[in-house]
Amino acid sequence: MSESWNPSATRRGFLGLAAGGAALAATGSQVQAQRVRSAARIVVLGAGAGGAAIANRLSARLDGAQITVIDGRQQHWYQPGFTLIAAGLKPAGYSISSTGQWLPSGVNWVQEYAAGIDPDANRVTTTGGQHFDYDYLIVATGLSLDWDAIEGFSLDMVGQNGVSAHYAGPDYAELSWRALDRFTDQGGVGLFGRPATEMKCAGAPLKIAMLAEDIATRKGTRADTQIIYNSNSPALFGVPIVHHRVRQIFDERGIEVRSSHVLKALDAARKVATYATPEGDVDADYDFINVIPPQRAPQAVRDSGLSWADRWTDQGWIEVDRETLRHARYPNVFGIGDINGVPKGKTAASVKWHLPVVEDHLISEIQGREGTRRFNGYTSCPMITRVGRAMLIEFDYNDNLVPSFPGVIAPLEELWISWLMKEVALKPTYNAMLRGLA
Amino acid sequence: MEELTFSTLMAVFEEVFGRGLFWALVIVAGVITAFYLYILFRDRAMSMRKFLLAQLSMPVGAVAAVVFVLQVTNSRLRDLGGPIDWLVMLGIAVLGAVGFAILVYVVQSLVRKPQADN
Repeated sequence: MSESWNPSATRRGFLGLAAGGAALAATGSQVQAQRVRSAARIVVLGAGAGGAAIANRLSARLDGAQITVIDGRQQHWYQPGFTLIAAGLKPAGYSISSTGQWLPSGVNWVQEYAAGIDPDANRVTTTGGQHFDYDYLIVATGLSLDWDAIEGFSLDMVGQNGVSAHYAGPDYAELSWRALDRFTDQGGVGLFGRPATEMKCAGAPLKIAMLAEDIATRKGTRADTQIIYNSNSPALFGVPIVHHRVRQIFDERGIEVRSSHVLKALDAARKVATYATPEGDVDADYDFINVIPPQRAPQAVRDSGLSWADRWTDQGWIEVDRETLRHARYPNVFGIGDINGVPKGKTAASVKWHLPVVEDHLISEIQGREGTRRFNGYTSCPMITRVGRAMLIEFDYNDNLVPSFPGVIAPLEELWISWLMKEVALKPTYNAMLRGLA
Repeated sequence: MEELTFSTLMAVFEEVFGRGLFWALVIVAGVITAFYLYILFRDRAMSMRKFLLAQLSMPVGAVAAVVFVLQVTNSRLRDLGGPIDWLVMLGIAVLGAVGFAILVYVVQSLVRKPQADN
């Protein structure tokens, strides 16, 4: 992400930056858009990063609109923190807040989940049986983790017998750290990898593998430790230049790569994992395994008819225009975040750039105009390579690197400043995004 | 990020140091600054003798600032990877040095009477 940051620990640094910040804040307030009068009924599905942020932005921009947010989840999870929790750097509480604290006072928060979406009738039905008719629908449900797809695996295994699964939530990330901590104390074979579906934060499986290697090195057990990364394809990362850089780092650090290996089953008692490969199933013994399951659109979305009919048919992402994020068949439906059927960017960084685009097109529509903002596929991956270092990788739909600080922060270089971005600057800017401020 | 606001900036600092520590540092910095200004007005001159000791103490402040920042960010010196890292760390050291020099000057001025150096 493109936040600027200065880690000055002293008074002068603070004062100087504070003065600069105050000046920026002053100029920012002058360009605030005028409120638009509207009686539109807007339903937002999901109160995660995308849902909460768009609810804040719309309630600030619209006067008189009826905004309903549907989400039964009481806890809000700061998901970019999961890797830090799973590496023992933060406690579970680091990623936990309450959904209610992020939602603006004027919106109606329905604390149930969507059970049915009927885009022909413009109606959403909740798990509690309530019906909500809408003029505009914003789908920001996020995605579902399909744990059942890993045969023999269940979440109650996490933290024991070398099983980790930090994608499952903050508490599971903390349990995952316990497993990783033991593994790096004792050594053995560690298996890492990613699913074959689209996934959120495609860099995370690589980060946790590199962190495990780094932690074992610091503990002096690296010589007794084998780190194996199972890639779902011949590439380690979807952007070719990043793939080559990560491959180089893996080579330098002795992280073994097994291409086209997709985890399909786990025998926790025998500590054997089964991978689907082009040559058939392959078993692998492990002492530690990080499980990241296939990821799909939530069932209510998959049943709604909003999904692509001919792409990602096993995953169900919704059919939005990749630049306007507007549904291809239902123009009063927009998508934000992981649920979008676009080539890249299931990350909070992408959410941040989805928001102004959806806001522009929705408000413009209400005003009888055509929106002009376009999403270029921007996403960001602060690729942690070890505790204390990261690469601030940013790219777009065309696999171009689009660094926020060209010439200053090199995207493919392992830097301390990029680590600071991830470890300290990301959460406050994420929080500001949730409040609709960034 | 698209906009850098004052509140975001404050939030970043709270995240770096922890909320309690951050505001404690702000208060301490404010108090030292107030004393420094008070002393300048009181004495109506810089004492070169105190300034010399303040300058000699600068390396201590520089090292302390670097160690402190590394501590709160889970980092080590070996994590510095490129020119920007070294520039940022140099900036931190300079700020630590200057901040500490002011502190030393203030402490001397408060402990000793202004006439003592004349």
